[in-house]
Amino acid sequence: MIPAEFNYEVADSVDHALSLLAGYGPEAKLLAGGHSLIPMMKLRFARPSALVDIGRIAALSYVEQDDGHIRIGAGTRHHDVHHSPLIEAGCPLLSFTAGLIGDPQVRHKGTIGGSVAHGDPASDLPTVLLALDAEFVLTGSGGATRVVPASDFFKGFFETAIGPEEILTEIRVPKLGASSGWSYLKFSRRAQDWAIVGVAAIVERSNGGIGSARVALTNMGATPLRASSVEQALAGAERDAIPAAAAMAPEGTSPTSDTNAGANYRRHLADVLVGRAVEEALGGP
Amino acid sequence: MTSVTMQPEGVAPARPTVVAGFTVNAASVRLTLDPRESLLDVLRERLGLSGTKKGCDQGQCGACTVHLDGRRVVSCLTPAVQVDGQAVVTIEGVVAPDGTLHPLQQAFIDHDALQCGYCTPGQVMSGLACIAEGHTTSDDEIREYMSGNLCRCGAYVGIVAAIREVADRAEA
Repeated sequence: MIPAEFNYEVADSVDHALSLLAGYGPEAKLLAGGHSLIPMMKLRFARPSALVDIGRIAALSYVEQDDGHIRIGAGTRHHDVHHSPLIEAGCPLLSFTAGLIGDPQVRHKGTIGGSVAHGDPASDLPTVLLALDAEFVLTGSGGATRVVPASDFFKGFFETAIGPEEILTEIRVPKLGASSGWSYLKFSRRAQDWAIVGVAAIVERSNGGIGSARVALTNMGATPLRASSVEQALAGAERDAIPAAAAMAPEGTSPTSDTNAGANYRRHLADVLVGRAVEEALGGP
Repeated sequence: MTSVTMQPEGVAPARPTVVAGFTVNAASVRLTLDPRESLLDVLRERLGLSGTKKGCDQGQCGACTVHLDGRRVVSCLTPAVQVDGQAVVTIEGVVAPDGTLHPLQQAFIDHDALQCGYCTPGQVMSGLACIAEGHTTSDDEIREYMSGNLCRCGAYVGIVAAIREVADRAEA
């Protein structure tokens, strides 16, 4: 399997990458880990005119923190997100989920920014970042930046808020507090497969019950989705409200049917997995 | 580093090429590459290192696993131009210069960790990384961290036993 012809350029800085993107026009694509893009190019689902390689920009790979946030460079590899002590301490849901992506070989190449920018609704990290109310920093020409909340970022199937001459440079994740429980459950047949359905849940515990809950779904529509009905039903609820709330998980979703599962099966999985994920996030009685 | 030549109309345009330099098993190589060439194809077709195997060519089977600057990666999804300046180690770089097998290779034989052998170079490269990364505290952990390497013959029991033996020996 050989991709269609393309030009290859190495960017040594974000500015350089932006000027290369501007020069090649909208048919150029950024290359980071390449583990989503290259398979699509081999199958010729994607035929970019040029690849601008940002995988060697060391300044895009970092994990830092301030008072309330973890800040992660877009070029940080899944393996490094998975093993970062800062992320483990401040947002264990994210480090846990990074360790579930693909397999070890994929995690050594794939990047958090690449996963977000690719906009595949079957990916794990976009769902988790949506549940976490993460923010994405986009850098444009001249170094101008704008910050887009995850809730406004995923626009459609493989479509995001990133403009043609912008680069996703940083992911900002609010830290989870001591009263927060979390879970990410992913149903797939083999390690390398995409989630047939995945569920991220974050529960703020309150007097043994649920204060508030954030629930997001993987592969239940054209984008990662927040399960708003479930969240409303769980707000201020007790543990015994979980099954009825989980049954609302399919509301507002539009799952596809493919060789792995039909849409009805995906709706059923969403119900079951939301129930389990919220239970796990709430913790033992 | 890229050169694109504009051609008059009616003449097929020159293919874009890129020069990349890297090391393979400590030997320097410098190649003029079509950016479409995978590291896997370059190793096998241009450098004659056919120990690295092509299974799925889609990043799903792990047969093409090599080490890139010490990290295990699938060479089929790695454009060769991208490894410019990096160090590649393949299964040919694992055996001792006098031909003595690496202890993990010997353990694969001792534990019947292969049948047809096609996935074995990838399994060995991944197993070496699994041990180096310290993911060998239990059989379950070995299985989880070897999940990127499929074996159609089903030699998984032997593969786990071989990795455990070498990891335990390294610890002792």
